[in-house]
Amino acid sequence: MNALKNPAHRAWLILLVATSITWYLGEVGAAGTLAIVTMLFIAFVKGRLVILDFMELREAPRLWRALLEGWLILVSSLILLAYWISLK
Amino acid sequence: MTTAALIPPETPQKRLPGDLAIWFFILAEMLAFAVFFASYAFARARNVEMFNLYQQTLDRNAGALNTFLLITGSWFVVRAVQAAHRNDQKAIPRNILLGFLCGGGFLAVKVFEYAAKFGAGISMSTNTFYMFYISLTFFHFMHVILGMVILTILWVQARKGVYGSHDAHGLESGAAYWHMVDLLWIILFPLVYVMR
Repeated sequence: MNALKNPAHRAWLILLVATSITWYLGEVGAAGTLAIVTMLFIAFVKGRLVILDFMELREAPRLWRALLEGWLILVSSLILLAYWISLK
Repeated sequence: MTTAALIPPETPQKRLPGDLAIWFFILAEMLAFAVFFASYAFARARNVEMFNLYQQTLDRNAGALNTFLLITGSWFVVRAVQAAHRNDQKAIPRNILLGFLCGGGFLAVKVFEYAAKFGAGISMSTNTFYMFYISLTFFHFMHVILGMVILTILWVQARKGVYGSHDAHGLESGAAYWHMVDLLWIILFPLVYVMR
């Protein structure tokens, strides 16, 4: 379990599990508000792990961390907005 | 016993990995993709039934497999960077090569996927959904290729022993680009293949 102290190893495992969940939701034909929000949330968490633990921006100057995390928030919000419109 | 306690704890200073220029480049690329992703989502909002119908024809297994490949490819490249920081000269090129192979696997899966679609007579002009599917994934495909070109350069340099704890800037810059390719696919896969 020592290997899990390395944030990159931990992130890799979580990313694999999270991808499996999204794939599974697709297999069971999950659709609608809850499915969309869940999948978007999973994508957000995954994206954040890549930014913080793979790109190693966790300890980076605040500006660059904010720019990339801000991109993730922007993209997720736009997608959420578009899907919310489509559900109306 | 006391020596360990005498060494002052490392103060983690705030540092941007790699060169500043690569981060501007990455940000520009990400903004281009943000426009693409939003365009897809809003175009879908106007044609929900059509998008939902044709999304079903996509190969979700191939999409998920490709997510695994990019995530794992990214992970190997992080390991290469970590190896450089601890001066493990052998592990640097080895992990870069493994990351490169994951990229190659991604391209192979994608080529099979495209062959199946094009073989079925699907093209950019078939409908709006396929126009987005083909252009978005192909734009990303080109970025995977560029990422692999960068990894090749890093591999050659790493074998020369260029990177180590004294200097890993070039390696970190290339790695950051490779992670961006991964990050973009992490949004693209649920958006185009699964969310409905």
